[in-house]
Amino acid sequence: MSDYILEMRHIAKVYGNGVVANSDVNFNLKPGEIHALVGENGAGKSTLMKMIFGMEQPSRGEIWLRGEKVVFSGSKDAIAKGIGMVHQHFMLVESFTVAQNIVLGMEPKRRGLVNEQQAEAFTREISKKYNLAVDPGEITKHLPVGVKQKVEILKALARGAEILILDEPTAVLTPQETDQLFEELARLKEQGHTIVFISHKIPEIKQISDRITVLRSGRTIATYQCADVTEQEISNAIMGCEMNTSIEKEARAYGEPYISVENVSCKDAGGVKVLNDVSFKVGSGMIFGIAGVQGNGQVELVDMMSRKRRVQGGDIKFHKESIRERTVGDLRRRPFGYIPEDRLDQGVAASQSIRENMIANRLGSEEFSSRGFLNFKNIRAFVDAGIKQYEIRCKGGEQPVGMLSGGNMQKVVVARECGHDPDILIAEQPTRGVDVGAAHIIHKRIVALREQGCAVVLISADLSEVLKLADVVAVMYEGEIVAFFESTEGLNEEKLGLYMLGIERHSPEQIKKAVNWCE
Amino acid sequence: MKEFAKLVLSSDFVYSIFRVTTPLLFASMGAVISDIAGVPNIALEGLMLMAAFAGMYFSFLFQSAAMGLLMALATAVAFAGVLAFFTLYYKTNIILGGIALNSLASGGTIFFLYLTAQDKGTSVALASKTLPNLNIPIVQDLPVIGKILSGYNVLTYVSILAVVFTWLLLGRTSLGYHIRAVGEKKEAAESVGISVVRTQAAALLLSGLMCGFGGAFMSMGYVSWFSRDMVSGRGWIALAAEAMGRQTAVGSAATSLLFGVADAVSNAAATMGLPSDLVKTIPYFATLIGLTLFSVRTWRKSREA
Amino acid sequence: MNRERSFHMLRTVTAMLAAILVAFVIILFISDQPAESIRIFLLEPFSSKRYLGNIIETMTPLVFSGLAMAVLFQTQLFNLGGEGVFFMSGIAGSMLAIWLKLPPVAFPLACIAAGALAGVAVMLVPGVLRAKYNANEMVTSLMMNNICYGIGCYILNNVMRDSAVSSLVSYKYRTAARLPVILPGTRVHLGIVIAVLCAAFVYVFLYRTKSGLEVRATGANAKFSQYSGISVTRVIVLVHVIAGAVAGIGGIVECLGLHQRFEWTALPGYGFDGAMIAMLAGNNPFGVIGAAAFVAYLRVGADLVNRFADVPTEMIAILQSIVILLISAEKFLHKYKQKWIEKDISIGQGASEAAA
Repeated sequence: MSDYILEMRHIAKVYGNGVVANSDVNFNLKPGEIHALVGENGAGKSTLMKMIFGMEQPSRGEIWLRGEKVVFSGSKDAIAKGIGMVHQHFMLVESFTVAQNIVLGMEPKRRGLVNEQQAEAFTREISKKYNLAVDPGEITKHLPVGVKQKVEILKALARGAEILILDEPTAVLTPQETDQLFEELARLKEQGHTIVFISHKIPEIKQISDRITVLRSGRTIATYQCADVTEQEISNAIMGCEMNTSIEKEARAYGEPYISVENVSCKDAGGVKVLNDVSFKVGSGMIFGIAGVQGNGQVELVDMMSRKRRVQGGDIKFHKESIRERTVGDLRRRPFGYIPEDRLDQGVAASQSIRENMIANRLGSEEFSSRGFLNFKNIRAFVDAGIKQYEIRCKGGEQPVGMLSGGNMQKVVVARECGHDPDILIAEQPTRGVDVGAAHIIHKRIVALREQGCAVVLISADLSEVLKLADVVAVMYEGEIVAFFESTEGLNEEKLGLYMLGIERHSPEQIKKAVNWCE
Repeated sequence: MKEFAKLVLSSDFVYSIFRVTTPLLFASMGAVISDIAGVPNIALEGLMLMAAFAGMYFSFLFQSAAMGLLMALATAVAFAGVLAFFTLYYKTNIILGGIALNSLASGGTIFFLYLTAQDKGTSVALASKTLPNLNIPIVQDLPVIGKILSGYNVLTYVSILAVVFTWLLLGRTSLGYHIRAVGEKKEAAESVGISVVRTQAAALLLSGLMCGFGGAFMSMGYVSWFSRDMVSGRGWIALAAEAMGRQTAVGSAATSLLFGVADAVSNAAATMGLPSDLVKTIPYFATLIGLTLFSVRTWRKSREA
Repeated sequence: MNRERSFHMLRTVTAMLAAILVAFVIILFISDQPAESIRIFLLEPFSSKRYLGNIIETMTPLVFSGLAMAVLFQTQLFNLGGEGVFFMSGIAGSMLAIWLKLPPVAFPLACIAAGALAGVAVMLVPGVLRAKYNANEMVTSLMMNNICYGIGCYILNNVMRDSAVSSLVSYKYRTAARLPVILPGTRVHLGIVIAVLCAAFVYVFLYRTKSGLEVRATGANAKFSQYSGISVTRVIVLVHVIAGAVAGIGGIVECLGLHQRFEWTALPGYGFDGAMIAMLAGNNPFGVIGAAAFVAYLRVGADLVNRFADVPTEMIAILQSIVILLISAEKFLHKYKQKWIEKDISIGQGASEAAA
């Protein structure tokens, strides 16, 4: 008998599209520990966890649970064995109530029909037991992210989970919410639960875990006792080598404002105000960072600036010209770049080739077509140059974009949006889910555009990215700009967090500076 | 015109509305269940056609209307199973799978009609059975109301039960909860161990069952024979009704009734000596216009938001 | 990627073989002389010039409807209105062919233009409703089929009907309006040449022009297309115009090539056939020609068996649905694909290298 509650031996996983996610992974859990699983994006962490949870089956290797070899054919099997998972993207039915989500799949019944009262009572009971406060009757889609996460944790616990897997739980939380989560996890540990904690934020891993396993390129690099390693050592193990990802950025004066957002407001389908009187200006050669917890109006703001949504309330001007009456096509005909938040949703057409993806924003340009016919010579030249410049790892321009890894796919997006030296660039989470190397290339390109005098709006949930790139930072909270920093000097993540949660707020005069910095 | 108004206002006309709405009700409930589960079944038309044929043929073979109904249900459920197998197991696109089944039904029923009745048009050569009409005691003797409430084919009453069933299923049972969860976010259902494939298969089979009733009504109630492509677009009209009824049982039933009125008007107008070629298109025009109005409204709303 | 393509080929060929196999089974059950019936089904179509001609004349309308569907499917639009378009364009072109008077070459051209216009008009209804208001094009196009049929029948009955003939047909076309036979001794008419030209046109449009790339991008991901500044509304309308024109040409070409009068009394069924042919062809315009030839071969074979052994030609519908189900079945033969892939990639390799 080993003293491990769970052991994974020599696990390999190959996906149907040929991607090798795990090639040789060894991973084990001691009962009652908090075990951090760390590694870069694409190192194979999520795949490994999906196999523990029965959502994927290993191509090779064995899983041993409590001294017994197990084969899970679905998450049902894993749940039955006391394994629970809190996914990075919440697995909640948005139109259901909290109670309905928690009892889903094990609904209490009376005379063949679902007993709602009992479901709510049950929810209240476990919510109390684990000290995770939720309102059973509330509709899930109206809940803030932190509460949704609690519902997810309760969902797993309600099914008797002893081993709890949390996939990047802090990615969507503010620093303050993260602290609260850690308290809750510590309490669960006291109650005897074993917790797997996936993250790539090294300080918080040091803070909470007992042991740490590092994955790189689908292999286990090492497992450490948390107390025995330094942050630098962990970082080196993750990267494989020491990599310089710092960005050289020269201070420079801003030119005239290229983008000016004037008093825009917006209501969602339910009539709730999601943007309230937002104003700011972005000058030539300026990176204007927007920080904020997801869902505080950033999406609506970007949708208006990119004309996916009608401009409501005030006005948005590019180069002093209103874009109210402009279509997306009009914007695209000028040097305008927009790196969207979700590349698979609208950033690429996955089944189309790299080539077709890289030119789609400028099909009508003289460079790529004349009299309606495509100019293949110029297209090929442009695409091949882009592949080289951005170090896109592919088999050539003909390869479908969907076959590329996340980082390379994002490089295709950036190559397209920055390929014509835009003077206005909107970068929305430009490096989310991208490996460090690719992120560095993308960061360098954004800074290079700034040097050329491009006005950049950078919206990111990754505060370190905002602090690294931005010249000025605005914080959005509940559809308003609640803080404006003219410089990132002395600014840190904790400080931004206070504004992101609405705990603190700048004076109206200070916020006004987002508009009148140029006066 | 006066004559037409008189016809439309008569109790006979009201009776005919419920008669022609019956298959639409069944099919639109089939559409609701499958659509909510995230597997929109567009093979309603074909499934009803196959059920209609099976009902006619087996009621002839066994000389029993009950056997005909049973086989109609079994046939529709079985082919809904074929659709489920291909779409859920082999990952055939549900729309293309639906197209395949519709084309199979259209040609396949003629194929078997010819083998059994030696005719590619109708089955009148086969003495098939019909399902009985139901006279409700006492109610049937009431003036006007008796004519409107009583005397329908047994399946017309069943179709109203089908609406109640669908409403209960989706709103109050655990299978209904699973169907809704799978349709809205299948990962969520999967993560708590609900089998997406099984839930969607159940929804498709139930939708097939509904089509089975609808088809049986066509050949064993609406008329007493089978003829080629006799469902003539009712499955598609039901899909439009379901969209306009916003995927709810009650809403879809209401819109089905609306299209039933158009169908009844078309039938009534044909007896008035208006050009039959044009009059026949009334239900289709009604559906086209109804769907257009509905889409324009939805579009306006989404634009305002 | 070549692996992906060859896998698609494998699946297509398997589906075709499965269809033929099912035909064997059906014949086996129904025919008294199964061996002879199967021989006729498989080989007889190649046995004479006349039968080969039958294949070409049968495939002509199939090419048109397959092309129309391929263009629509490229944009993920499941419009099944080919039926109504064929019927209406036949009616519209026939009216000109009966009553207009023009010199030989210009005459059929004018009729074909009228057919194409009628096709565009019919297709624009679901097209515009979809493009502008997002109305489900499948339901609207099917409603249009029934509406076209009703209106067409009304015109046929009340305007074009030749009462001197007992069956329901129109007056005779003027001879100058008809399309010439191009292979003496068969009924193969100029239509097949027009069909091939249409395929070339559709190919150039889809793969060589800016609009074609817009169409394909929209089909691959409409949100992406919108975000890239492509007008999805315009793309959807454009695709419907092209599909309507191509199917419209198909309808009137079929009438002028094969018949002396307008003879359709029911919807001809080409709309649904088109869907299957486009899928067999993987939505490739030249593939459509091959797929249409294959389906035409099955039809002629089934026709000959029907004459010999009383197996109803509707057997074809059963084969067709099997082809559609199998070709669109992503997971069909998937096990073999997965094995190929796993054999291909040695698991020892690092993830990033393999993914790159």
